[in-house]
Amino acid sequence: MPRPSAKRRLAIGLAGWSATFVMFFPILWMGLAAFKTETQAIASPPVLLFTPTLENFEAVLARADYLHFFFNSVAVSVGSTALGILIGLPAAYALAFHPGRRAKDLLVWMLSTKMMPAVGVLVPLYLLFRWTGLLDTITGLLVLNTLINLPIIVWMLFTFLREIPKEILEAARIDGARSFDQFVHLIIPLAAPGIASTALLAIILAWNEAFWSINLTAWRATPLPAFIASFSSPEGLFWAKMSAASLLAIGPIVAFGWLTQKQLVRGLTFGAVK
Amino acid sequence: MTMASPRTAAAPARGRSAHPGRRPGVNTKPLLAPAVVLLLIWMIVPLAMTLWFSAQRYNLLNPRVSGFAGLRNYRYLMSDPALWTAVGNTILLVGGVLVASIAIGTVMALLLDQRFPGRNLARLLAIAPFFVMPTVSALVWKNLLMHPVNGLFAWIAKLFGLPPVDWFTSWPLFSIGIIVAWQWIPFATLILLTALQSLDQEQMEAALIDGARDGQRLRYVILPHLYRPMTIVAMIETIFLLSIFAEILVTTSGGPGDQSMTLPFLIYKIALLDWDVGGASAGGVFAIILANIVAFFLVRTIAHNLER
Repeated sequence: MPRPSAKRRLAIGLAGWSATFVMFFPILWMGLAAFKTETQAIASPPVLLFTPTLENFEAVLARADYLHFFFNSVAVSVGSTALGILIGLPAAYALAFHPGRRAKDLLVWMLSTKMMPAVGVLVPLYLLFRWTGLLDTITGLLVLNTLINLPIIVWMLFTFLREIPKEILEAARIDGARSFDQFVHLIIPLAAPGIASTALLAIILAWNEAFWSINLTAWRATPLPAFIASFSSPEGLFWAKMSAASLLAIGPIVAFGWLTQKQLVRGLTFGAVK
Repeated sequence: MTMASPRTAAAPARGRSAHPGRRPGVNTKPLLAPAVVLLLIWMIVPLAMTLWFSAQRYNLLNPRVSGFAGLRNYRYLMSDPALWTAVGNTILLVGGVLVASIAIGTVMALLLDQRFPGRNLARLLAIAPFFVMPTVSALVWKNLLMHPVNGLFAWIAKLFGLPPVDWFTSWPLFSIGIIVAWQWIPFATLILLTALQSLDQEQMEAALIDGARDGQRLRYVILPHLYRPMTIVAMIETIFLLSIFAEILVTTSGGPGDQSMTLPFLIYKIALLDWDVGGASAGGVFAIILANIVAFFLVRTIAHNLER
């Protein structure tokens, strides 16, 4: 391709960075507010030059309940992901390496379970949780997130497993390896990067899940999205602390998102774009 | 495609599983069963319960109200003007965000596909909003940016001598739309950028050699290539946008009046604020039907993709 002229490259660079700046600005602004004092955070005109302070983070972390919510989030997202992969990996393996005639229908059916709008089953889920004592428990939220993300997990693992060349398996088979050994010693190591990205995507989705977190927990099992929502009360005008709490809540997940962005496209589009 | 030529050598052996020694038959049922059974329960039990409750008189606050209601809940729901406001708002919100996110996402993807200094960093920053949890993005916009007194936008308006806008009172649905669009533009950008990167370089060079100018390349090579990913983005976004909830809860709670009431939020109100199980279930069935109309097309597109 011919090299574009210097003037044109400058224009493209400027346009690209301006657009990026606008998109990223709310996060940047929140990040700045997290290091301001409360007075600076609500000042108008806005304070741009200030001595960064860590007092908001100290205040947020000193409230023992922030860590309580944080660990609820960790338990729910990591737990639901581990359970989802444990259930989803064998299924994806079966569909990718030993597809029956119904394999495609099965995959499409799994996808279709994602189409149920959460609010359509809010009432029965709430009542089921109430009757079984699962309201406001980590177990309840964990299982729910597993069910919500299971179709995506199976699909994403399936698209990765499908790309493992089958000759490798044929060779192992001739050497007399049994299916289970193949699975453990060949497929899992080969698919490890795919399994890792799938896990990261499932963690991201569960971490950010807000609808069920807000409606099915009160305090004991409340994860971060529901906790952050409590900053919306009119008297809660603690913008700097809200920003610090938010920054801590989104930090690890945005980093995960950056790590997996390429593979994530596959998972989110059910393999249709890659 | 990915299943290209090298496999053909092995194909005959794979095709006939009648070679008992070479290919041990694998019983896939135990591998598939846990996932399938769980999803089956997840699909059927809540749906059956919603359908059942929607035909019941059932209020958690008033245990004396009970019994079969037939279609009364539906009739009551359909005659509630709030439902139609909510449906209208939902369509406006979903439609507006879809158009905005795909249009802006396409521009972003085209820009980020160009070569410029720091492009990789720009890509990371531009898709970051997608990973921000909905309650955080709603609060950041509501307070730090859109607050009518202390917000940044109010200060900018003042700079230009304009009166500050009270966003969530004057333009509630539009303001929520901005927040939601901000979360979903990066999704469209990410998908379309990935699609652009798979665009055949040879095809682009051929177009260049043929003397195609930028506009022509965009129109005849790039946009047709993006058409399918765009439809996929539209459908996946629709599924998620139809259940927008946290952003409304944190900002307007559907108000002022019913101005930013959407279908999910209305059902939530009937269920967990009025405790009317029957009415909320009827609303739930309504929402499920609406989502399935969209889902039908999505599932067909992706199933078609699986065949390629």
